[in-house]
Amino acid sequence: MLMALLKRDLLLAFRSRGDLLNPLMFFMMVASLFPLAVSPDPQLLGLIAAGVIWVGALLATLLSLDLMFKSDYEDGSLEQMLLMPQPAMLMVLVKVLVHWLVAGLPLAFIAPLLGLMLGLPNGGFMPLVLSLLLATPILSLLGAIGAGLTVGLRKGGMLMPLLILPLYIPVLIFASSSVQAGVQGNDYLGHMAFLGAYLALTLVVAPVAAAAALRISLAR
Amino acid sequence: MWTRLKRLYHKMGSPKWFYEITTRWSKWFMAVGSILMLTGVVWGLAFAPADYLQGNSFRIIYIHVPASLLSQSAYIIMAVAGLVGLVWKMKMSFVVGKVIAPIGASLAILSLLTGAIWGKPTWGTWWVWDARLTSMLILLFLYFGVIAIYNAIENDEMANKAAAVLSIVGSINIPVIKYSVEWWNTLHQPATITLTKKPTMAPEMFIPLMLTILGFYCWFAVWVFARTRNEILFKERKTNWVKKLLLSEHKKTTGAQL
Repeated sequence: MLMALLKRDLLLAFRSRGDLLNPLMFFMMVASLFPLAVSPDPQLLGLIAAGVIWVGALLATLLSLDLMFKSDYEDGSLEQMLLMPQPAMLMVLVKVLVHWLVAGLPLAFIAPLLGLMLGLPNGGFMPLVLSLLLATPILSLLGAIGAGLTVGLRKGGMLMPLLILPLYIPVLIFASSSVQAGVQGNDYLGHMAFLGAYLALTLVVAPVAAAAALRISLAR
Repeated sequence: MWTRLKRLYHKMGSPKWFYEITTRWSKWFMAVGSILMLTGVVWGLAFAPADYLQGNSFRIIYIHVPASLLSQSAYIIMAVAGLVGLVWKMKMSFVVGKVIAPIGASLAILSLLTGAIWGKPTWGTWWVWDARLTSMLILLFLYFGVIAIYNAIENDEMANKAAAVLSIVGSINIPVIKYSVEWWNTLHQPATITLTKKPTMAPEMFIPLMLTILGFYCWFAVWVFARTRNEILFKERKTNWVKKLLLSEHKKTTGAQL
């Protein structure tokens, strides 16, 4: 049942390529705004590259979160999914997995290119990709809570960042400082360990909270 | 003891009982809170010795510390109220949670403002990206999220539950955010940390601080009660006891029969 849901959602995602590419293009555009706004000086850019790429990744994820439940809510299939015999949190977990595969994972692949454009020093590439691989699932998991809470609202788009961004702050801090550590030639495994721990915590808490949020949103 | 507590819980669950009990409690909290605040503030501002380093500017501590402490406890109370509401379907606890959000946010703002005013003469700047300041700012953002969700959802019951979920998730995250911010800061600029560490205080400075903290808590209770009672009156405006109560109040103030 859950496998079928996974297949269906992936198929749906790949049928609408625009939705798939939009967050990626947004990510690249945000990153390329900074050289225009701050300065094209490679040394300065190298210093802020890690932060810029990570803020871009956060915003791109936020942008795509709306897609997680919206279309299923609109055609009524979300209600049917909540009625499945399987626990709702497993259904949420599948949705999160699909969102991560579609919107989170590509960010990790395209980030080195942006790092190159922004003059990220060589030591930073490895931690950048690793931190994105480890932390984008966290963004999808926490985002599921916000998406669940706002799914029935007409003006949910503005509300979601307000709810979710404060929860993203630890991710931002540890991910971008792992890249800084890599740039300075220091050991960044400690940061990775923290990101892993946060991933474990959100993996346990977020699906439960998101399932509760969906139940509340659909109770009307 | 246990049965009495249980009875109190059930009584507090009923809007009418809650209203009647807090009518009595409010007076006590108001009286005790006023005495504590007055003695604490007068003692702290006028009689406590000036700090040997910061001179008189340290006296803002008597507002700053209670406000910061209370805005954090208010968040915990809000989350616990949300949890009680979600688990035991207690309506009154949702009302309390809803009422606390703006109070906690204004306390956080008060704490940030007094901190900035204090920071200017002592650190020479209104704001630094220091661990404590940053985590306080994020606490304020979390409050904003909860308030925003109340504003965005028109259905009362849905808004209550949604805000409860959000505040519970936020309370799990507060320790994570707090420590991440602290570690982040110590990675980059460990020197400023010593500035924020509380000096080991002399008792003649410390006792008035304790008094103002307790006074803040009492007034916080009064504030929460007052706002909750307003909510109750509005929600229950169609019931008999509210009509009777309002009529008798009206008679008392104007002396006239409606």
